[in-house]
Amino acid sequence: MKPVVEVRDLFFSYGGELILEGINLSILPGDFLALMGPNGSGKTTLIRLILGLLKPLSGEIRLFGVPVQRFRQWHRIGYVPQKATSFDTRFPATVEEVVLSGRFGLLGLGRKPGREDRRAVEEALELVGMAGARHRVIGCLSGGQQQRVFIARALVGRPELLVLDEPVVGLDSRALDSFYSLLEHLNRDLGITLITVTHDTGAVAQRVSRVACINRRLVCCGAPSRVLTTANLSRLYGAPVRRVVHSHRVIDSTPWEGWFFRNNF
Amino acid sequence: MGEIFAYDFMVRALLAGLVAGLICPAVGVFLVLRRYAFMADTLAHVSLAGLALGMILGIFPSLTTLGVTLAAAVGVERLRATGRLHGEAVLALMLSTGLALAVVLISLVRGFNVDIMGYLFGSILTVSPADLLLILVVGAAAMLLLFLFYKELFFISFDEECARVAGLPVDRLNMLFILLVALTVSVATRVVGVLLVGALMVIPVLTGQLFAGSFRCLFRVSLVLGVTVCVCGLLFSYYLGTAPGGSIVLLAAAIFLLTQLFIAARRAWQRRRLVKGEEKLPLVKLGERTSGS
Repeated sequence: MKPVVEVRDLFFSYGGELILEGINLSILPGDFLALMGPNGSGKTTLIRLILGLLKPLSGEIRLFGVPVQRFRQWHRIGYVPQKATSFDTRFPATVEEVVLSGRFGLLGLGRKPGREDRRAVEEALELVGMAGARHRVIGCLSGGQQQRVFIARALVGRPELLVLDEPVVGLDSRALDSFYSLLEHLNRDLGITLITVTHDTGAVAQRVSRVACINRRLVCCGAPSRVLTTANLSRLYGAPVRRVVHSHRVIDSTPWEGWFFRNNF
Repeated sequence: MGEIFAYDFMVRALLAGLVAGLICPAVGVFLVLRRYAFMADTLAHVSLAGLALGMILGIFPSLTTLGVTLAAAVGVERLRATGRLHGEAVLALMLSTGLALAVVLISLVRGFNVDIMGYLFGSILTVSPADLLLILVVGAAAMLLLFLFYKELFFISFDEECARVAGLPVDRLNMLFILLVALTVSVATRVVGVLLVGALMVIPVLTGQLFAGSFRCLFRVSLVLGVTVCVCGLLFSYYLGTAPGGSIVLLAAAIFLLTQLFIAARRAWQRRRLVKGEEKLPLVKLGERTSGS
């Protein structure tokens, strides 16, 4: 299977400081990969390099087999940026207008959106559960709802790869649950490859298929059960780490069954 | 009422005003939303230096003005794109430098004259047929560009990084936009003058933002308001004998104020209805006793 994203011997520096060192990573179709690491470890930088927003110092990045500088089929990739890099909430754009803009790359310069595009918008909104909010101004929605709109925007071009940068910041536990259920649905049922940058070790352990730990280097990479050991996490974060996993799913049996609490210290 | 149209210069002025009223808010929408409202002012002030340059070199002033404005526009965009300087800082730098340069150059020409006054305060009543043709051509070019790239400009103004990942040629589109602003500023300078260009591009948009429910709505409302204030402002200035440029902007500001007051009043009225309507919310009126408390 040809990898969706291939990173080879990637080095990146900024302002004289080496941010990423010798990264080698292959993401296969159908993967659900979580990129983890402490703040400043280069996770977002790696994402931006993969998306062609930054130029590496050395090394190669390929998207669907094509070197990223020559890649043109950007509609095959959906991007949900970090919340911080967001927009002015007073911008009077409706949900529909925002999601529709996800089709513009596909349409090309000078062409007007048509029926096919509006149908794709409807489908994307249905998928994220925001179909009723089509005509609402995006600034009036809650953080979780806005996040879902941005995911819809990333999905409206029917991408094969979805890249999410710290998508769960500011979501409460119920929103988190439905968010990860959505991601699972996209990955397992629709076959979309997912890359997500996250700090949420709990969710990562339960939901994703692969974990890559970055702290300037690729510290470890593999299945969550293998990778998320206390030793690895300590090495990654450079500090003693206690792994606590909560499940907020409602179960009819005894209350403690839903909770597992590992204390290794 | 009809005799106003007997005057050729008024007909030309109204047409020029119509064009300005269309393209200024149309471009202004994107400026305001990108928080770059002062770009128009900056380019207008820089164009003064272009005018002075034209006067000194003896070249047709409109050319040097447009040339300097375009050069400044490209310069601002390049500086902004490096990301090292904040957008507002770049504008402040350009505006003050351009104005200082203009003042020095003008002093070399030995003082102010009618031409410069016209630039500062607008000279819509002296639009010649040739000027009008130029304004119509520039206006048509601007509207065409806006029509072609409306959705791209929206995407870039809303989320530039996402637009880049989506494959849009963001750098080229930003450059196109800035050239569009320069063209629009040159038309607006003629109508309301350098000092008020920013106002004409921004106030109709701010008014629209008070109540527009979607981007499309904001765009349309801004255009309607722009054309309204330009045409009506001109008519007022004709009948009242006031300066046309100032009259247009005052009218725009008045409409903004009235809209703001109207919306505030409506909100207060709605709040009162909500409080008074007991079926809507179980609120207790002040002074009323609740049972068993």
